[in-house]
Amino acid sequence: MTTFLQQLVNGLSLGSIYALIALGYTMVYGVLRLINFAHGDVYMVGAYVGYYLSRKLQGKEPSIISALLVMVGSMIVCALLGMLIERLAYRPVRREARLTLLITAIGVSLFIENVAQLVFGPDPKFFPSLAPRTDFIVAGVRLTSEQITVIVVAMLLMLLLRYFILRTRTGKAMRAVSFSLDASRLMGISTDRIISITFALGSALAAAAGVLIGMQIPKIDPLMGIMYGLKAFVAAVLGGIGSIPGAVLGGLLIGISEVMVVGYLSSTYREAIAFGILILVLILRPQGLLGRVQKEKV
Amino acid sequence: MKGLLTALGIVAGLFVVNGLFAGSLVPGVSISPYFLQVICLAGINIVLAVSLNLINGFTGQFSIGHAGFMAIGAYSSAYFTVTFGDRIQKALGFLPGFGRESLLLLLGLSIAALLAAIAGFIVGVPSLRLRGDYLAIVTLGFGEIIRVFILNIDAVGGARGFSGIPKLSNFFWIYLFAAVTILVVYRIVHSSFGRTLVAIREDEIAAEAMGVHTTRAKVISFVVSSAMAGVAGGLFAHYLMYIHTNSFTFLKSFEIIIMIVIGGLGSISGSVLGAVLFIGLTEGLREFAQYRMILFSLLLIVIMIVRPQGILGHKEFVTFLTRRRRSIGAAPGTTGAN
Repeated sequence: MTTFLQQLVNGLSLGSIYALIALGYTMVYGVLRLINFAHGDVYMVGAYVGYYLSRKLQGKEPSIISALLVMVGSMIVCALLGMLIERLAYRPVRREARLTLLITAIGVSLFIENVAQLVFGPDPKFFPSLAPRTDFIVAGVRLTSEQITVIVVAMLLMLLLRYFILRTRTGKAMRAVSFSLDASRLMGISTDRIISITFALGSALAAAAGVLIGMQIPKIDPLMGIMYGLKAFVAAVLGGIGSIPGAVLGGLLIGISEVMVVGYLSSTYREAIAFGILILVLILRPQGLLGRVQKEKV
Repeated sequence: MKGLLTALGIVAGLFVVNGLFAGSLVPGVSISPYFLQVICLAGINIVLAVSLNLINGFTGQFSIGHAGFMAIGAYSSAYFTVTFGDRIQKALGFLPGFGRESLLLLLGLSIAALLAAIAGFIVGVPSLRLRGDYLAIVTLGFGEIIRVFILNIDAVGGARGFSGIPKLSNFFWIYLFAAVTILVVYRIVHSSFGRTLVAIREDEIAAEAMGVHTTRAKVISFVVSSAMAGVAGGLFAHYLMYIHTNSFTFLKSFEIIIMIVIGGLGSISGSVLGAVLFIGLTEGLREFAQYRMILFSLLLIVIMIVRPQGILGHKEFVTFLTRRRRSIGAAPGTTGAN
C-alpha cells in the first residue's frame, strides 16, 4: 500500500508536468484546429532558459525568490517565442489546407530542435538546484520538496488559467474563437490578437513545465521536447482535445499510468504506455474523456 | 506485350549499368565506392519518398512514421537472412550462386513487406477511422516505440546494432525496386481507386457522400505505402550489411517528408526529384553538416508559405514542362483541403 501511494505521488508530479504541456496543445487546437508540433520544443526552450537564468542567479543561496524569478523569466521568454512562432510561421498559412499548417508546424519543430542543438550544444546539461531541498515523510511516503513544488505550482497555474478563461473578457473571447473563428470575427473580436494570446499562454505554461521538470529530473537536452510533447499530446487527446479540464485530467492520468507501469511492470514499456493509451482512446472513445462529439460540417 | 518489352528493357539496362558501376562488365571502368553508395542510398530514398507520397500526397493523410515501417522491414528481413540464409542457400543448391542470393533477397524482402504491411494495418485502422490529424500523432509515436522495442530485442543486437547481414542488394536490386515502386504507385494513382484517393484528399465528406468507403480506401493506401517502406528497409539492411536503430529515428521520417514536400505532394516525379535533391544537398553540404537540418527545416517552412504544393505541385515532370493537360487531381486552387 505504501508503495502504491508512493507511486501515486510520483505519478501526480510527473502528470502535472504533462498536464501543463497538454494545456498548450489543447488551447491551440481549440482555436486553430492545429496540432502544434513545435509545442514540445517550446517546453524544451523553457527548460534551457530556466537553466541559463538559474546559472546567472547562482552564487546566491538557493531560495524561493530566485526560483520564482527563474520561472517567471522563462515563462516570459517562451510566451514571446510562442507569439513569434505564430506570427512568422502559422499566420501566413492559416487559411491554407490543414496539411499545409501541419507541415509548417513540423518545420518549426525541426528548426527549433536543430537551432537548439547548435546554440545549447547537443549534450545533456544538468539543472542546478533552485530551492533548498527537504524530504517529508508522511505515512511512510517520501515527498521531496521538488515534488511538492511541482504539484503545487502546476495546480496554481491551472487555477489561474481557469480564472483567466472563465472570468476575463479576453478569456471569453478565447472561448468564442474556439467555438467558431469566423463567427467571433463577425462579432468584432480581434481573432489575430486572441490567437496570439493563446499561443503566449500555452507557451508560458510549457515553459513553467520546463523549469519544473528541471527541478525534478535535472537532466535536460535539446531533444527532450519530442517525447514529452508526444505524451502531453496523448494526454490532451485522452482528456478530449480542445477541453481544458480534459487536458489536466489526461495529463495526470498519463503521468500516473506511466509511473505505475514502470513501477510494477518494466521500464522498457515506459514509452509504450502513452502510445497504447492513445490507440485505445482512438478505438473506444475518440472524443476523449471530457470532450464533446463534434460533427464534421461541410 | 509493349509493357513486357519495356520491363525487360529496364531490367537489362539496370543490369548493364550495375555491371559498369561495379567494374565487372568492362575491366577498368567503375565509379568510386563512395559515389556508388550515394547513388544507391538515393535509390532507397526514392522508394521511401514515392511510397510516402501515396499516403501523404495522393490520399492527403499525414503519416510521419515512415522510418518505423522501414525499421520493421530492415530488421525482419535481416533477421530472416541471417538466421535461415545458410539453410535456404543449401536447399537451393541446384541453382547458381547469383540465383540463390536473388531468391534469398526476394524472400527476405517479401517478409519485410508483409510485416510492415501488418504493422501499417494495426496502426492505420484505429487512426484512419477518424478524421483529422490523428494519423500524424499515432505514426510519430509508433515510429519511436518500434525503435525502442527493437532496441530491447537482444536477438537483433539491441543497442549494439545488427551486424553480419549478407550483402545481397546492390545497385541493380535497389533501382529495380525503385522502378517497381514508381510503377505500382503510378498504376494505383491512375486507376479508379487512385481517383478515389484523390477524392478523399480533396474533400473527404464529399467523397463519402459519393459512396466512397473512405476508411477502407485510406487503410489500403496506408498499408501499401507501409509495405513499400518495409521493402526499402530490407534493401537498406542488405546493402549496408549493418543496421542500428539510430538510422530509423523520427529524423529519418522527417527527412522523407522534406523530400516529398520539396518535390511536390501528389507528384511521383516530384518525389523522385525531391529524394535526389535531398541526397545531393546532404552530400554536397557535408562540411556544413550541423547547419544542414536548420536549412532544410527553414526550406520546409518557406515552401509551405510561398508554394505549399512543392516544386512540381500535383503535376508530373512532363506535364510540368509542357503544361498541356492537367495531371490527375490538380484541381485549380485547392490543395488537399479538409
